[in-house]
Amino acid sequence: MHIKTQFAAVLLSSLAASAAMAQDSAALHARALAATCANCHGTEGRTTDGSSVPSLAGMPKDYMLKQIKAFKDGSRPATVMHQLSKGLTEQQVETVATYFAAQKR
Amino acid sequence: MMKRRSFVQASLALGTLGGMVGCATTGTIPSKAKVVVIGGGYGGATAAKYVRMLSNYKIDVVLVEPNANFISCPLSNLVIGGSKTIGDITTPYDNLSGKHGVTHVRDMVSSIDAAKKTVTLAGGATIGYDKLIVSPGIDMLWNSIEGLQAASTSGQILQAWKAGPETLALRRQLEAMPDGGVYAITVPLAPYRCPPGPYERASQVAHYFKQAKPKSKVLILDANPDVTSKGPLFKKFWADNYKGILEFRPNHKAIGVDAKTNIIKFETESDIKANVLNVLPDMSAGAIAMKSGLANVNNRWCNVNYQTFESTAAKDVHVIGDSVLAAPLMPKSGHMANSHGKVVAAAVVAQLSGMDVNPQPLLTNTCYSYVNDKLVVHVASVHQYVAAEKTFKTVPGSGGVSTAPNELEGVYAWNWAQNIWADTLL
Repeated sequence: MHIKTQFAAVLLSSLAASAAMAQDSAALHARALAATCANCHGTEGRTTDGSSVPSLAGMPKDYMLKQIKAFKDGSRPATVMHQLSKGLTEQQVETVATYFAAQKR
Repeated sequence: MMKRRSFVQASLALGTLGGMVGCATTGTIPSKAKVVVIGGGYGGATAAKYVRMLSNYKIDVVLVEPNANFISCPLSNLVIGGSKTIGDITTPYDNLSGKHGVTHVRDMVSSIDAAKKTVTLAGGATIGYDKLIVSPGIDMLWNSIEGLQAASTSGQILQAWKAGPETLALRRQLEAMPDGGVYAITVPLAPYRCPPGPYERASQVAHYFKQAKPKSKVLILDANPDVTSKGPLFKKFWADNYKGILEFRPNHKAIGVDAKTNIIKFETESDIKANVLNVLPDMSAGAIAMKSGLANVNNRWCNVNYQTFESTAAKDVHVIGDSVLAAPLMPKSGHMANSHGKVVAAAVVAQLSGMDVNPQPLLTNTCYSYVNDKLVVHVASVHQYVAAEKTFKTVPGSGGVSTAPNELEGVYAWNWAQNIWADTLL
């Protein structure tokens, strides 16, 4: 009995550990994907002072999703974003918008 | 033990004082690090910073880079044109250590032992690693143009294709040139570092001549059959604005120079004499990649597993930036190297932490070119990793170029620079 309990405990904790690891992996991938915006929009979405390129950190998710959609369909004019936004899948746009909305301004 | 004063002096001599906060050791070189990064350009500096950030500052990183300051290749053509100074494009490395805890070792790597997982520095020290990220930029294939290496070493015929002292030296040559003189730039066959770079540079020199030396000429002598990047945009602007000043000649493959007579020799076309010669030879992966067997494609570029940028020649050695064999339509650019830096950082952090490697990494690229001191054109692209083909491919319908040179993009280009320098270094 005792051995079984121990075994169950080990099994449960390793299941929990792998679930946590999967969660960690997903968080890492989301952060790395968001970092592809950072070249222009700043590390973690915070641009340099006085930048004419907007910061994305803390931008409400719905607002960002609408802007990306508007870039993609051409209703919002742009210099580069109409071209770059078309390279991201809907899922990637969702991930990036979720990530930046959760960042402090 | 070093006494405090001698330590401070040694630190000043090494230029590492500003970086002490994050140093694991006080001025000495660590014998081992989880991650060692070779080269502090757009690729290596970004990788070093992002390994620290993405590991929540748990993975220690040593950056081996000889310089105290980063000088940007993008925007350096404006220094040659005279509208920016070298100070405008220079950023110190000390934030990488001070803010992000990267240990900056100011030295060069002289050899890599991938079996023992160590690098040996020119100064003699050896550093062990679990993961090595190699970002050495490009090297010149001097033998592709006879006489060029000696003429370059003497300072007479410059490349200025790595921003720094040569950028200023080329500017001085242009300033010293009499009005009525000729500046000639040769372009090697693609692939080379920064596809639009030669055309932007020629535009900058033409802009300078138009203001200061209106009888002078710019010659672009291109080994390629046409302008390699943003061709229609450059050619229209040249026709409208630099007519009689700038001339583009395709299919001119330079094969030799004569520094005594200032003559460039070509494979098929006649010799050309100019006052200021800016001769770009063929390029390859950076020197350390070449001599350590990482440049396993035609002994010139480094083949990698694009999902992780791990070398196909050595386990746990990752190669990024201009040295990498380009995937389809992947330019050798600073922006692209910064993008590589993030993909490799995420992959290395995942592997060292027992997490899954991102199955679908993404790369972006935006290259701005100034056609004068204010007007700019761009090319942009998005590259998704396609697992089935094990490579990055541009997304159909995405990317593109400017409709015409414009001032708004001039503003964005300068802001792009501020933000990518901060993203890479601050």
